[in-house]
Amino acid sequence: MSKTLFLEYKGIIPDKILDDVREAINDKRIDNVKLKQILDDVKNAYERAKISPGEAIGTITAESFGEPGTQMTLDYFHFAGVAEMNVTLGLPRLIELFDARQSPTTPRMEIYIKNKFNKDPKKIRQIAAKIKETKLREISLEFSINLAKISVEIKLDTKKIKDVGTNFDIISKAIMQDFKGVQVLKEADTVVIKPKPTESSLREVFRIKEKVKDTIISGVKGITHVLPIKKENEFIIICAGTNLADVLKIEEVDDTRTVSNDIMEIQKVLGIESGRQAIINESLKVIEGQGLDIDIRHIMLLADVMTATGRIRGVSRGGISGEKESVLARASFETPIKHLINASLVGERDELNSVIENVILNQPVPLGTGLPQLVVKSEKKK
Amino acid sequence: MAEEYISKRVSAITFGVLSPKNIKKMAAVKIVTPELYDKEGYPVDGGLMDVRLGVIDPGLRCKTCGGKLKECIGHFGYIELARPVIHIKYINILYKILKSICRECSRVLSTDVPKISGEDIEEDDEEYVAKPKKGVISSLKLAKVCPHCSAKQFDISLEKPSTLMEGDRRLSPIEIRSRFEKLPDDDLRLIGLDASYARPEWMIITILPIPPVTIRPSITLETGERSEDDLTHKLGDIVRINQRLFENINAGAPQIIIEDLWDLLQYHITTFFDNSLSQVPPARHRSGQPLKTLTERIKSKEGRIRHNLAGKRVNFAARTVISPDPMIKFNEVGVPLIIAMELTVPERVTEWNINRMKEYIKKGPTNYPGSNYVIRPDGKKKKITDETKEQLLEELQPGYKIERHLMDGDIAIFNRQPSLHRMSIMCHRVKILPGRSFRLNPGTCTPYNADFDGDEMNLHIPQNEEARAEAEILMLVQNHIITPKNGVNIMGCIDDSIVGNYLLTKKLEFSREDAISLLLYVGVDKPNRFKHFKEIVSGREIFGAILPDDFDFIGIARDETPVIVKNGILISGHIDKATIGEENGSLIRSLYANYNENIGIDILYKMFKLGIEVLLRKGFTTAISDTDLPDKTRNRIESLKLEAEEEVQKLTSDFRSGKLEATPGFSEKDTLEAEIVRVLNKVRNAIGNEVLGISDERNPTIIMSSSGAKGNILNLAQMAACVGQQALRGRRIQKGYNDRTLSMFTAGDLSPKAHGFIRNGFKSGLNPYEFFFGAMTGRDSLMDVALRTPKSGYLYRRLSNALQDLRVEYDNTVRDANKTIVQFIYGEDGVDVSKSEHGKINVAKIIKEVTSK
Repeated sequence: MSKTLFLEYKGIIPDKILDDVREAINDKRIDNVKLKQILDDVKNAYERAKISPGEAIGTITAESFGEPGTQMTLDYFHFAGVAEMNVTLGLPRLIELFDARQSPTTPRMEIYIKNKFNKDPKKIRQIAAKIKETKLREISLEFSINLAKISVEIKLDTKKIKDVGTNFDIISKAIMQDFKGVQVLKEADTVVIKPKPTESSLREVFRIKEKVKDTIISGVKGITHVLPIKKENEFIIICAGTNLADVLKIEEVDDTRTVSNDIMEIQKVLGIESGRQAIINESLKVIEGQGLDIDIRHIMLLADVMTATGRIRGVSRGGISGEKESVLARASFETPIKHLINASLVGERDELNSVIENVILNQPVPLGTGLPQLVVKSEKKK
Repeated sequence: MAEEYISKRVSAITFGVLSPKNIKKMAAVKIVTPELYDKEGYPVDGGLMDVRLGVIDPGLRCKTCGGKLKECIGHFGYIELARPVIHIKYINILYKILKSICRECSRVLSTDVPKISGEDIEEDDEEYVAKPKKGVISSLKLAKVCPHCSAKQFDISLEKPSTLMEGDRRLSPIEIRSRFEKLPDDDLRLIGLDASYARPEWMIITILPIPPVTIRPSITLETGERSEDDLTHKLGDIVRINQRLFENINAGAPQIIIEDLWDLLQYHITTFFDNSLSQVPPARHRSGQPLKTLTERIKSKEGRIRHNLAGKRVNFAARTVISPDPMIKFNEVGVPLIIAMELTVPERVTEWNINRMKEYIKKGPTNYPGSNYVIRPDGKKKKITDETKEQLLEELQPGYKIERHLMDGDIAIFNRQPSLHRMSIMCHRVKILPGRSFRLNPGTCTPYNADFDGDEMNLHIPQNEEARAEAEILMLVQNHIITPKNGVNIMGCIDDSIVGNYLLTKKLEFSREDAISLLLYVGVDKPNRFKHFKEIVSGREIFGAILPDDFDFIGIARDETPVIVKNGILISGHIDKATIGEENGSLIRSLYANYNENIGIDILYKMFKLGIEVLLRKGFTTAISDTDLPDKTRNRIESLKLEAEEEVQKLTSDFRSGKLEATPGFSEKDTLEAEIVRVLNKVRNAIGNEVLGISDERNPTIIMSSSGAKGNILNLAQMAACVGQQALRGRRIQKGYNDRTLSMFTAGDLSPKAHGFIRNGFKSGLNPYEFFFGAMTGRDSLMDVALRTPKSGYLYRRLSNALQDLRVEYDNTVRDANKTIVQFIYGEDGVDVSKSEHGKINVAKIIKEVTSK
């Protein structure tokens, strides 16, 4: 019975608030008359709290970030252990997020493992080693050039090879993939690389010797450090560097919870709605980390503006501000001359629909009390 | 007053390039001579200061429109250039076009022309503004041989700043221009230009418009000498060189001389447009200072757009130092009398107020409350002086307006920079006070982020009914108690008023007479409440008397004891920051929600005043002796410190002997550091607890911290016992010499004191090295603030610029300026944060209300 009552108010009261009511009365015995009373009161309270049309909501959002921005610390690092795994938080991180930079200064992933595997620390360490990007130099003891045979000789560290879980076949395959046409041979625990015998092969050998050190033997490209940690009652892997697309392909990885802190990457891999959510989550992380309190609605609005066109636009002259319809609005932000010149080339027309042009022209702005207009029925109209 | 209303509204602005024809059409004069003035100091006809270009001298009349100074906005002139010159701002687009067209027939060098589909051009759509597609040209493959006339093409290159080359041959602007003239409009659209607004040949200047003198006024120095504007200087150069070029051409001078002069003309015109180009040496004054020409006038923060157009100056404003006055209301501002006699409010004379208005005129500008000006119905302003007074009194009749002095109760807008949020500019009612500073209630410091160490604030007086109504309805202080940032109350009791109410509700008692006197002082006159007062009145009863009679409230104090108000009586609990303070003053919230903002602010003001008055009558102070500790505690604290130092010693020796086990992911050194920091923080907290243990409720410093007014127990521990570890970048101090922080320590010393552990308390005093470590962290935080402020300021500017056009529409969607929907309903539920309770509708409260009925 009470269910139908809730249904009646669906659409009148937002679901979020209805859920709150449902949760709050859950443990109480309330008859329908009282429930109706409650819902009516909630409805009234909601009507009172509703936002007014014309509200300059964008400015309020900007203020809500701008004012606490002055209280944020500049260099705030979070130490997740090793120095390489620091994460930028605080104001610089917020700026980076709103700029929609191509990649974060401290890329980082939190890899969750499927339920089957996430209890066993041994298994986790194994998965972590599999994910970590391993370069040849990390599992080798010595790189040398055999001038007589015109080849590169690499002495491998057998113990490390075992740790990483690789073998000669994998190594030779990786090398052959990076260097076309070379021959890879195994001599005890030494790998010998022979380039194609041509005139310049001696120079080629030197080149190979240096380049082969960075050949990725195993792991996911871009993941430079891994650190398995215990979170609540499961093990997760935190890593420096991101590569969402490839990590999600790994069988043991729980692809429903694994996240990266690179909003652009998330957008690319999982789509624009995920990008929006990533902006919200990452901003919240910064704001909460600083002990600040900004209402979620402001963060949502900003994320919505940034993603409204289907791709992530930064809050900068190249992003939202640079893509405005109005010439004067763009010119009043940054690089005014450029915008005026380009506008003149195509005869751009500024319809004066936004705020700043009307400020420039001393006219009422189309916000708040400047918004209502009288509509007069004109009698003589063709 | 008809001129006050907007009769016309600009509906759109179109940008384009001026054609020579248009320049001639809009020009009033042809400029022919570089001379400015004749021997009498009168502007020369056909000179750069020609009176037909507008007037800058008072008294003179414009020869074009007949307007006087300020009536005439000025008129353009033009000069005919002897040889065409490239407009430097269009050099890149000219280069691009030149590369894409045939040198013989001027057609675009491609037949592979993408059809501009009907979607792009709809001829019958009248509203359609031809918008050429950017970048079409770059997608075209350009032929080496013209597909239209089979002429062979050469490489075109741009030699900065303004020379275009075809192979090794220099292309003269004349040549370029003639090529462009042949370019058909349709081909131009392919390049990305709209022929009706911008033909490429217009970007090569043959006729240069001369800006009116009104935008380049000359200044008369004290010596009587005239100093011309930078633009006039530059134009003078242009006219002079142009004339010489003409003369040389006519005299048949050698080609090389003509070309040199041509280049010089190009240089002058280039710097006239932009004097900060990278390959062009800036034109300078005789003093060596670069001239400020057109581009410099427009761009940057001090330029026309951001300085004059996006930000405007106003009249009827005042600025002075602020000082606190807890006796005035939250929504009042104390205005000094001398300011009140300068700032005025226009008041319309009617049949009903004409006598009062006459009084204002009689008092004049020197007596308060008087008036400064009379405005006649035709808009003429008359100053009130002793001479004009009589006559003005006589002619005064309904329809006139009087600019009378500011008076108590007038609407004013009060602001403190930086205006970071909307609570930085609020509406107050004027209260005229003696003195020279603005007075504001200290409770309103928080929204303005003001203090009284010399801060200045601005006051604005709205001048018409519409502005006053908007200010009063939208900006009044009581409408901004709840911040839209997160929905908590930004205003509340602070400092003394919290302590006062805390003491009052915790332990104070008054005699009946004193209690009533106290309440009457605060402004509470409730005989039905006073009736119930016994011989001795508890503080709770007094506090309760402020509250409305039907007010119910349940909250919790900072120490988690319940605070219960029933029917306006404080039944149990005490008042502190958690109930009446900022941010989470639950009692204030409840008042605000149950009644309205006017009652809310009134009760808040009474609470504020009550708290202060209680302290005033009972006395409250803090002293160094507040931080005295009994011997026993001091000994215990000393031993705590020693223990910690020993523990660190042990950790260090473990580390040295390699016994310390590293935590996973850390090096041994890092583990040691983390452990030491943990031990030292532990000891600081332990000391804090020791201090708290002995603290008694009579100690004023403790009262301040436990009421939440100022300070916390850690501050007290720092004063009484131990300042604690100083941290830089989240670690102990490591900077300084190799392996040591200061030269007085041995290298490799890992002890607490060698890395910034301050063992002493502030009272006992710091050792020199401890002081030094304290100064290090102090400097670090200063640096942080200095570096952060501009960064966050820029972030704010960008945010507000990007988001300023968003608004909630009548259909509840959030849209931007071109009506693109950003959100279908604001914040997924349409709730205004500043009308919510910490971002939520208080469902629990509603349920409780209904079920308890």
